Amino acid sequence: MPITTETGVAPPLTDSGGTGSRLTRLLGAVSLLGLAVLLVFAFVLTNPDERVDEASNIVTGQSDAVRLLYVHVPVAVVAYAAFTMTAIGCVMVLWKNSTWWDIVASASAEIGVLFCGLTLVTGSIWGRPIWNTWWEWGDVRLMTTMILFLIFVGYLAYRRTMTDSRMRARRSAVVGIIGAINIPIVYKSVEWWENRTLHQQSSLTDGKLEDLTLFALMLGMIVFLVVYTWLMVHRFRIGWLEHQADTAGLASAIAERRAQAPDAIRNAVTDLRSSAADTRGE
Amino acid sequence: MREIWALTRKDLLIEARAKVVATQVLPFAMVVLILFGLALDADRSTLRSFTPGLFWVATLFAAILAIQRSVSIETSSSAFEALRLSGAPGWKLFAGKALAVAIQLLVIEAALALGVVVLYRSSFADPVLVVTAALAATVAIASAGSLYGVLAVGMGVRDTILPMLLLPILAPVLVAATRAFDDGLGTTAVNGWSWCGMLAFFAVVYSTVGALAYAVVIEDA
Repeated sequence: MPITTETGVAPPLTDSGGTGSRLTRLLGAVSLLGLAVLLVFAFVLTNPDERVDEASNIVTGQSDAVRLLYVHVPVAVVAYAAFTMTAIGCVMVLWKNSTWWDIVASASAEIGVLFCGLTLVTGSIWGRPIWNTWWEWGDVRLMTTMILFLIFVGYLAYRRTMTDSRMRARRSAVVGIIGAINIPIVYKSVEWWENRTLHQQSSLTDGKLEDLTLFALMLGMIVFLVVYTWLMVHRFRIGWLEHQADTAGLASAIAERRAQAPDAIRNAVTDLRSSAADTRGE
Repeated sequence: MREIWALTRKDLLIEARAKVVATQVLPFAMVVLILFGLALDADRSTLRSFTPGLFWVATLFAAILAIQRSVSIETSSSAFEALRLSGAPGWKLFAGKALAVAIQLLVIEAALALGVVVLYRSSFADPVLVVTAALAATVAIASAGSLYGVLAVGMGVRDTILPMLLLPILAPVLVAATRAFDDGLGTTAVNGWSWCGMLAFFAVVYSTVGALAYAVVIEDA
Protein backbone atom coordinates (compact mmCIF):
# COMPACT_ATOMS: atom_id res chain seq x y z
CA MET A 1 0.00 0.00 0.00
CA PRO A 2 1.48 3.38 -0.89
CA ILE A 3 2.35 5.68 2.03
CA THR A 4 0.20 8.78 2.11
CA THR A 5 1.37 12.07 3.51
CA GLU A 6 -0.28 15.41 4.12
CA THR A 7 1.02 16.51 0.77
CA GLY A 8 0.05 13.50 -1.25
CA VAL A 9 1.41 10.06 -1.99
CA ALA A 10 5.08 9.18 -1.53
CA PRO A 11 6.54 7.61 -4.67
CA PRO A 12 6.45 3.82 -4.38
CA LEU A 13 9.69 1.89 -4.73
CA THR A 14 8.24 -0.76 -6.98
CA ASP A 15 5.85 -0.92 -9.92
CA SER A 16 3.20 -2.59 -7.78
CA GLY A 17 3.18 0.33 -5.34
CA GLY A 18 4.25 -1.92 -2.43
CA THR A 19 7.56 -3.18 -1.14
CA GLY A 20 7.53 -6.37 -3.20
CA SER A 21 9.62 -6.95 -6.31
CA ARG A 22 10.68 -9.88 -8.44
CA LEU A 23 13.64 -10.46 -6.11
CA THR A 24 11.54 -10.43 -2.93
CA ARG A 25 8.94 -12.74 -4.47
CA LEU A 26 11.76 -15.15 -5.35
CA LEU A 27 13.20 -14.85 -1.84
CA GLY A 28 9.73 -15.45 -0.38
CA ALA A 29 9.19 -18.56 -2.50
CA VAL A 30 12.63 -19.91 -1.58
CA SER A 31 11.94 -19.18 2.11
CA LEU A 32 8.64 -21.06 2.13
CA LEU A 33 10.05 -23.97 0.14
CA GLY A 34 13.13 -24.08 2.38
CA LEU A 35 11.00 -24.11 5.54
CA ALA A 36 8.92 -26.99 4.13
CA VAL A 37 12.07 -28.99 3.28
CA LEU A 38 13.52 -28.24 6.72
CA LEU A 39 10.35 -29.58 8.38
CA VAL A 40 10.65 -32.78 6.33
CA PHE A 41 14.25 -33.20 7.45
CA ALA A 42 13.46 -32.34 11.08
CA PHE A 43 10.38 -34.54 11.46
CA VAL A 44 10.84 -37.37 8.94
CA LEU A 45 14.35 -37.93 7.65
CA THR A 46 16.45 -37.44 10.79
CA ASN A 47 16.39 -39.89 13.67
CA PRO A 48 15.42 -39.13 17.26
CA ASP A 49 18.36 -38.73 19.64
CA GLU A 50 18.42 -42.11 21.38
CA ARG A 51 21.54 -43.82 22.69
CA VAL A 52 21.57 -47.16 24.48
CA ASP A 53 23.97 -47.58 27.36
CA GLU A 54 25.47 -51.02 26.77
CA ALA A 55 26.20 -51.73 30.42
CA SER A 56 22.77 -50.91 31.84
CA ASN A 57 20.73 -51.20 28.59
CA ILE A 58 19.03 -47.88 29.41
CA VAL A 59 18.02 -45.57 26.54
CA THR A 60 19.34 -42.03 26.98
CA GLY A 61 19.36 -38.88 24.83
CA GLN A 62 16.89 -36.16 23.90
CA SER A 63 14.54 -38.43 21.93
CA ASP A 64 12.14 -36.44 19.67
CA ALA A 65 12.83 -33.15 21.48
CA VAL A 66 16.06 -32.89 19.50
CA ARG A 67 13.96 -32.05 16.41
CA LEU A 68 13.23 -28.63 17.88
CA LEU A 69 16.94 -27.83 17.75
CA TYR A 70 16.79 -27.72 13.93
CA VAL A 71 14.81 -24.51 14.44
CA HIS A 72 16.21 -23.28 17.77
CA VAL A 73 19.90 -23.23 16.78
CA PRO A 74 19.37 -21.57 13.35
CA VAL A 75 17.08 -18.84 14.70
CA ALA A 76 19.63 -18.13 17.45
CA VAL A 77 22.42 -17.85 14.88
CA VAL A 78 20.31 -15.54 12.69
CA ALA A 79 19.46 -13.40 15.75
CA TYR A 80 23.20 -12.92 16.37
CA ALA A 81 23.71 -12.13 12.67
CA ALA A 82 20.86 -9.59 12.72
CA PHE A 83 22.21 -7.81 15.81
CA THR A 84 25.70 -7.83 14.29
CA MET A 85 24.25 -6.16 11.19
CA THR A 86 22.61 -3.57 13.48
CA ALA A 87 25.99 -2.92 15.10
CA ILE A 88 27.64 -2.47 11.68
CA GLY A 89 24.83 -0.11 10.67
CA CYS A 90 25.26 1.90 13.88
CA VAL A 91 29.02 2.27 13.31
CA MET A 92 28.37 3.38 9.73
CA VAL A 93 25.79 5.95 10.90
CA LEU A 94 28.37 7.59 13.16
CA TRP A 95 31.13 7.26 10.57
CA LYS A 96 29.29 8.28 7.38
CA ASN A 97 26.25 10.05 8.85
CA SER A 98 24.16 7.84 6.58
CA THR A 99 20.36 7.54 6.61
CA TRP A 100 20.61 4.36 4.54
CA TRP A 101 22.64 2.63 7.25
CA ASP A 102 20.31 3.95 9.96
CA ILE A 103 17.37 2.26 8.24
CA VAL A 104 19.43 -0.94 7.83
CA ALA A 105 20.33 -0.87 11.56
CA SER A 106 16.74 -0.35 12.64
CA ALA A 107 15.28 -2.95 10.23
CA SER A 108 17.84 -5.54 11.30
CA ALA A 109 17.21 -4.82 15.00
CA GLU A 110 13.47 -5.41 14.54
CA ILE A 111 14.04 -8.74 12.83
CA GLY A 112 16.78 -9.60 15.34
CA VAL A 113 14.35 -9.04 18.21
CA LEU A 114 11.83 -11.31 16.46
CA PHE A 115 14.41 -14.08 16.02
CA CYS A 116 15.82 -13.61 19.52
CA GLY A 117 12.28 -13.93 20.90
CA LEU A 118 11.82 -17.11 18.86
CA THR A 119 15.13 -18.39 20.26
CA LEU A 120 13.88 -17.87 23.82
CA VAL A 121 10.48 -19.44 23.10
CA THR A 122 11.81 -22.50 21.24
CA GLY A 123 14.54 -22.92 23.86
CA SER A 124 11.95 -22.82 26.62
CA ILE A 125 9.74 -25.41 24.89
CA TRP A 126 12.80 -27.64 24.35
CA GLY A 127 13.92 -27.16 27.96
CA ARG A 128 10.64 -28.41 29.46
CA PRO A 129 11.13 -32.11 28.53
CA ILE A 130 14.95 -32.06 28.59
CA TRP A 131 15.76 -29.93 31.65
CA ASN A 132 12.36 -30.44 33.27
CA THR A 133 11.80 -26.69 33.45
CA TRP A 134 10.50 -23.91 31.20
CA TRP A 135 13.08 -21.48 32.56
CA GLU A 136 16.38 -22.02 34.32
CA TRP A 137 17.64 -19.03 36.27
CA GLY A 138 21.05 -20.60 36.83
CA ASP A 139 21.78 -20.91 33.11
CA VAL A 140 24.05 -18.13 32.02
CA ARG A 141 23.30 -18.38 28.29
CA LEU A 142 19.57 -18.13 28.92
CA MET A 143 20.16 -15.06 31.05
CA THR A 144 22.53 -13.36 28.63
CA THR A 145 20.19 -14.07 25.68
CA MET A 146 17.27 -12.56 27.60
CA ILE A 147 19.42 -9.50 28.40
CA LEU A 148 20.36 -9.17 24.72
CA PHE A 149 16.65 -9.36 23.82
CA LEU A 150 15.78 -6.63 26.34
CA ILE A 151 18.65 -4.40 25.21
CA PHE A 152 17.41 -4.38 21.62
CA VAL A 153 13.76 -4.02 22.68
CA GLY A 154 15.03 -0.90 24.48
CA TYR A 155 16.87 0.20 21.32
CA LEU A 156 13.64 -0.04 19.30
CA ALA A 157 11.62 1.73 22.02
CA TYR A 158 14.25 4.47 22.16
CA ARG A 159 14.02 5.04 18.42
CA ARG A 160 10.29 5.63 18.74
CA THR A 161 10.81 8.48 21.23
CA MET A 162 12.39 10.78 18.61
CA THR A 163 10.93 12.43 15.54
CA ASP A 164 14.05 14.25 14.28
CA SER A 165 15.61 11.67 11.94
CA ARG A 166 19.18 12.99 12.22
CA MET A 167 19.10 13.04 16.01
CA ARG A 168 17.42 9.63 16.11
CA ALA A 169 20.07 8.11 13.85
CA ARG A 170 23.07 9.40 15.83
CA ARG A 171 21.71 8.77 19.30
CA SER A 172 20.29 5.33 18.62
CA ALA A 173 23.59 4.40 16.93
CA VAL A 174 25.34 4.88 20.28
CA VAL A 175 22.69 2.77 22.03
CA GLY A 176 23.01 0.06 19.34
CA ILE A 177 26.80 -0.10 19.63
CA ILE A 178 26.68 -0.44 23.42
CA GLY A 179 24.03 -3.17 23.02
CA ALA A 180 26.22 -4.98 20.53
CA ILE A 181 29.00 -5.29 23.10
CA ASN A 182 26.85 -7.98 24.68
CA ILE A 183 26.76 -10.14 21.51
CA PRO A 184 30.22 -11.76 22.03
CA ILE A 185 29.46 -12.11 25.75
CA VAL A 186 26.27 -14.07 24.99
CA TYR A 187 28.07 -16.17 22.39
CA LYS A 188 31.00 -17.03 24.62
CA SER A 189 29.01 -17.31 27.85
CA VAL A 190 28.82 -21.11 27.74
CA GLU A 191 32.60 -21.41 27.47
CA TRP A 192 33.35 -18.70 30.03
CA TRP A 193 30.96 -20.01 32.70
CA GLU A 194 31.04 -23.75 32.13
CA ASN A 195 29.88 -24.51 35.67
CA ARG A 196 26.90 -22.11 35.45
CA THR A 197 25.07 -23.46 32.43
CA LEU A 198 22.98 -26.40 31.37
CA HIS A 199 23.73 -25.60 27.74
CA GLN A 200 26.19 -27.88 26.03
CA GLN A 201 29.27 -26.51 24.31
CA SER A 202 29.04 -26.04 20.56
CA SER A 203 28.44 -29.42 18.87
CA LEU A 204 29.08 -27.97 15.42
CA THR A 205 32.80 -27.49 15.92
CA ASP A 206 33.67 -30.69 17.82
CA GLY A 207 32.58 -33.00 14.97
CA LYS A 208 30.28 -35.18 17.09
CA LEU A 209 27.16 -34.75 14.94
CA GLU A 210 25.94 -37.35 12.46
CA ASP A 211 26.02 -36.37 8.79
CA LEU A 212 22.24 -36.00 8.38
CA THR A 213 21.85 -34.10 11.65
CA LEU A 214 24.64 -31.74 10.68
CA PHE A 215 23.12 -31.30 7.22
CA ALA A 216 19.67 -30.52 8.67
CA LEU A 217 21.20 -27.96 11.04
CA MET A 218 23.14 -26.30 8.21
CA LEU A 219 20.03 -26.34 6.02
CA GLY A 220 18.11 -24.67 8.86
CA MET A 221 20.70 -21.93 9.08
CA ILE A 222 20.63 -21.28 5.34
CA VAL A 223 16.81 -21.27 5.26
CA PHE A 224 16.51 -18.85 8.17
CA LEU A 225 19.19 -16.62 6.67
CA VAL A 226 17.09 -16.44 3.49
CA VAL A 227 13.99 -15.65 5.61
CA TYR A 228 16.01 -12.92 7.36
CA THR A 229 17.11 -11.47 4.00
CA TRP A 230 13.54 -11.56 2.70
CA LEU A 231 12.19 -9.75 5.77
CA MET A 232 15.12 -7.31 5.71
CA VAL A 233 14.47 -6.20 2.14
CA HIS A 234 10.79 -5.56 2.90
CA ARG A 235 11.45 -3.82 6.22
CA PHE A 236 14.20 -1.71 4.70
CA ARG A 237 11.91 -0.59 1.89
CA ILE A 238 9.17 0.33 4.38
CA GLY A 239 11.75 2.31 6.37
CA TRP A 240 12.96 4.05 3.23
CA LEU A 241 9.38 4.97 2.24
CA GLU A 242 8.78 6.33 5.74
CA HIS A 243 11.94 8.41 5.39
CA GLN A 244 10.79 9.71 1.99
CA ALA A 245 7.37 10.55 3.41
CA ASP A 246 8.98 12.44 6.32
CA THR A 247 11.28 14.32 3.94
CA ALA A 248 8.41 15.15 1.58
CA GLY A 249 6.30 16.35 4.52
CA LEU A 250 9.11 18.57 5.80
CA ALA A 251 9.90 19.98 2.35
CA SER A 252 6.25 20.81 1.80
CA ALA A 253 5.92 22.46 5.24
CA ILE A 254 8.99 24.63 4.50
CA ALA A 255 7.60 25.58 1.06
CA GLU A 256 4.22 26.43 2.59
CA ARG A 257 5.90 28.59 5.24
CA ARG A 258 7.99 30.38 2.64
CA ALA A 259 4.87 31.06 0.55
CA GLN A 260 3.29 32.71 3.58
CA ALA A 261 6.29 35.05 4.04
CA PRO A 262 5.40 37.77 1.44
CA ASP A 263 1.86 38.07 2.83
CA ALA A 264 3.20 38.28 6.36
CA ILE A 265 5.71 40.99 5.39
CA ARG A 266 2.99 42.94 3.48
CA ASN A 267 0.65 42.74 6.48
CA ALA A 268 3.40 43.82 8.87
CA VAL A 269 4.26 46.82 6.67
CA THR A 270 0.58 47.79 6.46
CA ASP A 271 0.24 47.52 10.25
CA LEU A 272 3.34 49.65 10.76
CA ARG A 273 2.08 52.31 8.34
CA SER A 274 -1.33 52.49 9.97
CA SER A 275 0.17 52.70 13.47
CA ALA A 276 2.55 55.46 12.29
CA ALA A 277 -0.44 57.34 10.81
CA ASP A 278 -2.29 56.96 14.10
CA THR A 279 0.70 58.36 15.97
CA ARG A 280 0.81 61.42 13.68
CA GLY A 281 -2.93 61.86 14.26
CA GLU A 282 -3.91 61.54 10.63
CA MET B 1 42.35 17.18 34.90
CA ARG B 2 41.45 20.72 35.96
CA GLU B 3 38.34 20.76 33.73
CA ILE B 4 37.25 17.32 34.92
CA TRP B 5 37.56 18.26 38.56
CA ALA B 6 35.86 21.63 37.97
CA LEU B 7 32.82 19.86 36.51
CA THR B 8 32.78 17.23 39.27
CA ARG B 9 33.15 19.92 41.93
CA LYS B 10 30.30 21.91 40.34
CA ASP B 11 27.94 18.91 40.49
CA LEU B 12 28.96 18.07 44.05
CA LEU B 13 28.54 21.69 45.14
CA ILE B 14 25.04 21.81 43.64
CA GLU B 15 24.25 18.59 45.48
CA ALA B 16 25.70 19.95 48.73
CA ARG B 17 23.40 22.96 48.46
CA ALA B 18 20.26 21.31 47.09
CA LYS B 19 20.75 18.03 49.05
CA VAL B 20 18.51 16.06 46.65
CA VAL B 21 20.61 12.89 46.79
CA ALA B 22 21.03 13.17 50.56
CA THR B 23 17.37 13.85 51.37
CA GLN B 24 15.62 11.89 48.62
CA VAL B 25 17.79 9.31 46.86
CA LEU B 26 19.55 7.98 49.96
CA PRO B 27 16.33 7.57 51.99
CA PHE B 28 14.77 5.91 48.92
CA ALA B 29 17.61 3.34 48.85
CA MET B 30 17.07 2.62 52.55
CA VAL B 31 13.30 2.27 51.97
CA VAL B 32 14.02 -0.29 49.25
CA LEU B 33 16.24 -2.20 51.66
CA ILE B 34 13.49 -2.21 54.30
CA LEU B 35 10.81 -3.17 51.75
CA PHE B 36 12.87 -6.19 50.71
CA GLY B 37 12.91 -7.30 54.33
CA LEU B 38 9.15 -6.83 54.63
CA ALA B 39 8.34 -8.46 51.27
CA LEU B 40 10.51 -11.50 51.87
CA ASP B 41 9.14 -11.83 55.40
CA ALA B 42 12.34 -13.65 56.07
CA ASP B 43 14.35 -14.64 59.06
CA ARG B 44 17.77 -13.05 59.29
CA SER B 45 19.68 -16.02 57.86
CA THR B 46 17.63 -15.86 54.62
CA LEU B 47 18.10 -12.10 54.38
CA ARG B 48 21.82 -12.52 55.01
CA SER B 49 22.14 -15.00 52.15
CA PHE B 50 20.22 -12.63 49.83
CA THR B 51 22.14 -9.55 50.96
CA PRO B 52 24.50 -9.26 47.92
CA GLY B 53 21.62 -9.29 45.41
CA LEU B 54 19.39 -6.99 47.48
CA PHE B 55 22.27 -4.57 48.03
CA TRP B 56 23.00 -4.20 44.32
CA VAL B 57 19.35 -4.02 43.24
CA ALA B 58 18.83 -1.20 45.77
CA THR B 59 21.99 0.46 44.46
CA LEU B 60 20.77 0.25 40.85
CA PHE B 61 17.39 1.78 41.74
CA ALA B 62 19.12 4.60 43.60
CA ALA B 63 21.58 5.03 40.70
CA ILE B 64 18.68 5.66 38.28
CA LEU B 65 17.51 8.54 40.47
CA ALA B 66 21.04 9.91 40.96
CA ILE B 67 21.65 9.86 37.20
CA GLN B 68 18.33 11.55 36.45
CA ARG B 69 19.29 14.22 38.96
CA SER B 70 22.74 14.61 37.39
CA VAL B 71 21.14 15.22 33.99
CA SER B 72 18.34 17.45 35.23
CA ILE B 73 20.79 19.98 36.72
CA GLU B 74 22.23 20.39 33.22
CA THR B 75 18.93 20.56 31.34
CA SER B 76 17.54 23.31 33.58
CA SER B 77 18.62 26.77 32.37
CA SER B 78 20.09 25.15 29.23
CA ALA B 79 23.32 24.36 31.05
CA PHE B 80 24.22 21.76 28.41
CA GLU B 81 24.63 24.66 26.00
CA ALA B 82 27.17 26.20 28.40
CA LEU B 83 28.98 22.87 28.71
CA ARG B 84 29.28 22.63 24.93
CA LEU B 85 30.54 26.21 24.72
CA SER B 86 33.08 25.64 27.49
CA GLY B 87 35.47 24.27 24.88
CA ALA B 88 36.37 21.24 26.99
CA PRO B 89 36.58 18.02 24.95
CA GLY B 90 33.69 15.56 25.22
CA TRP B 91 35.66 12.94 27.13
CA LYS B 92 36.54 15.44 29.85
CA LEU B 93 32.90 16.49 30.22
CA PHE B 94 31.97 12.81 30.43
CA ALA B 95 34.67 12.08 33.01
CA GLY B 96 33.60 15.05 35.15
CA LYS B 97 29.92 14.08 35.15
CA ALA B 98 30.62 10.36 35.66
CA LEU B 99 33.03 11.05 38.54
CA ALA B 100 30.41 13.17 40.33
CA VAL B 101 27.80 10.41 39.93
CA ALA B 102 30.33 7.78 41.08
CA ILE B 103 31.17 9.73 44.26
CA GLN B 104 27.46 10.09 45.09
CA LEU B 105 26.90 6.40 44.42
CA LEU B 106 29.79 5.45 46.71
CA VAL B 107 28.16 7.46 49.51
CA ILE B 108 24.85 5.68 48.86
CA GLU B 109 26.62 2.29 48.84
CA ALA B 110 28.37 3.09 52.14
CA ALA B 111 24.99 3.91 53.69
CA LEU B 112 23.48 0.73 52.23
CA ALA B 113 26.41 -1.31 53.58
CA LEU B 114 25.68 0.09 57.02
CA GLY B 115 22.00 -0.73 56.42
CA VAL B 116 22.62 -4.40 55.60
CA VAL B 117 24.90 -4.79 58.61
CA VAL B 118 22.28 -3.33 60.96
CA LEU B 119 19.07 -4.63 59.34
CA TYR B 120 20.20 -7.97 57.88
CA ARG B 121 23.11 -8.60 60.30
CA SER B 122 25.45 -9.22 57.39
CA SER B 123 29.19 -9.17 57.91
CA PHE B 124 32.12 -8.57 55.60
CA ALA B 125 34.33 -11.64 55.43
CA ASP B 126 36.69 -10.09 52.88
CA PRO B 127 36.51 -6.27 53.07
CA VAL B 128 39.22 -5.78 50.42
CA LEU B 129 37.21 -7.79 47.88
CA VAL B 130 34.00 -5.97 48.81
CA VAL B 131 35.58 -2.53 48.39
CA THR B 132 37.32 -3.46 45.12
CA ALA B 133 34.12 -4.94 43.66
CA ALA B 134 32.11 -1.90 44.78
CA LEU B 135 34.61 0.50 43.18
CA ALA B 136 34.67 -1.38 39.85
CA ALA B 137 30.86 -1.77 39.77
CA THR B 138 30.38 1.90 40.66
CA VAL B 139 32.63 3.04 37.80
CA ALA B 140 30.67 0.80 35.38
CA ILE B 141 27.27 2.04 36.64
CA ALA B 142 28.30 5.72 36.71
CA SER B 143 29.88 5.54 33.22
CA ALA B 144 26.96 3.79 31.54
CA GLY B 145 24.49 5.94 33.48
CA SER B 146 26.13 9.25 32.62
CA LEU B 147 26.11 8.41 28.93
CA TYR B 148 22.55 7.06 28.88
CA GLY B 149 21.34 9.95 31.02
CA VAL B 150 22.36 12.38 28.26
CA LEU B 151 20.88 10.09 25.61
CA ALA B 152 17.53 10.42 27.37
CA VAL B 153 17.70 14.24 27.42
CA GLY B 154 15.00 15.93 25.37
CA MET B 155 12.77 12.85 25.37
CA GLY B 156 9.22 13.45 26.52
CA VAL B 157 9.40 10.05 28.19
CA ARG B 158 12.85 10.45 29.79
CA ASP B 159 11.81 9.04 33.16
CA THR B 160 10.64 5.77 31.67
CA ILE B 161 13.12 5.33 28.81
CA LEU B 162 16.23 5.74 31.00
CA PRO B 163 15.63 2.67 33.22
CA MET B 164 14.49 0.68 30.19
CA LEU B 165 17.74 1.43 28.37
CA LEU B 166 20.08 1.36 31.33
CA LEU B 167 19.00 -1.62 33.44
CA PRO B 168 19.46 -4.30 30.74
CA ILE B 169 23.01 -3.18 29.95
CA LEU B 170 23.78 -3.07 33.68
CA ALA B 171 22.38 -6.58 34.23
CA PRO B 172 25.80 -8.25 33.67
CA VAL B 173 27.28 -5.76 36.17
CA LEU B 174 24.54 -6.69 38.65
CA VAL B 175 25.32 -10.41 38.24
CA ALA B 176 29.08 -9.95 38.60
CA ALA B 177 28.81 -7.53 41.56
CA THR B 178 26.40 -9.88 43.34
CA ARG B 179 28.72 -12.87 42.84
CA ALA B 180 31.74 -10.88 44.02
CA PHE B 181 29.78 -9.80 47.12
CA ASP B 182 28.69 -13.43 47.65
CA ASP B 183 32.35 -14.20 48.21
CA GLY B 184 33.15 -10.95 50.01
CA LEU B 185 30.29 -11.41 52.48
CA GLY B 186 30.93 -15.14 52.78
CA THR B 187 27.37 -16.10 51.75
CA THR B 188 28.38 -18.43 48.87
CA ALA B 189 31.65 -20.14 48.06
CA VAL B 190 32.56 -18.58 44.69
CA ASN B 191 35.75 -17.03 43.38
CA GLY B 192 34.87 -13.39 43.92
CA TRP B 193 38.06 -12.06 42.39
CA SER B 194 37.26 -13.59 38.98
CA TRP B 195 33.89 -11.78 39.08
CA CYS B 196 35.79 -8.67 40.09
CA GLY B 197 37.77 -9.08 36.86
CA MET B 198 34.50 -9.09 34.92
CA LEU B 199 33.40 -5.93 36.74
CA ALA B 200 36.70 -4.28 35.82
CA PHE B 201 36.12 -5.33 32.19
CA PHE B 202 32.69 -3.65 32.13
CA ALA B 203 34.06 -0.59 33.93
CA VAL B 204 36.75 -0.18 31.26
CA VAL B 205 34.35 -0.85 28.35
CA TYR B 206 31.58 1.49 29.53
CA SER B 207 33.95 4.29 30.50
CA THR B 208 35.79 4.02 27.16
CA VAL B 209 32.59 3.98 25.10
CA GLY B 210 31.20 6.83 27.20
CA ALA B 211 34.33 8.93 26.73
CA LEU B 212 34.28 8.35 22.96
CA ALA B 213 30.54 8.82 22.45
CA TYR B 214 29.84 11.73 24.82
CA ALA B 215 30.87 14.36 22.28
CA VAL B 216 28.38 12.88 19.79
CA VAL B 217 25.41 12.65 22.15
CA ILE B 218 25.94 16.00 23.90
CA GLU B 219 25.71 17.73 20.52
CA ASP B 220 21.97 16.99 20.36
CA ALA B 221 21.29 17.36 24.10
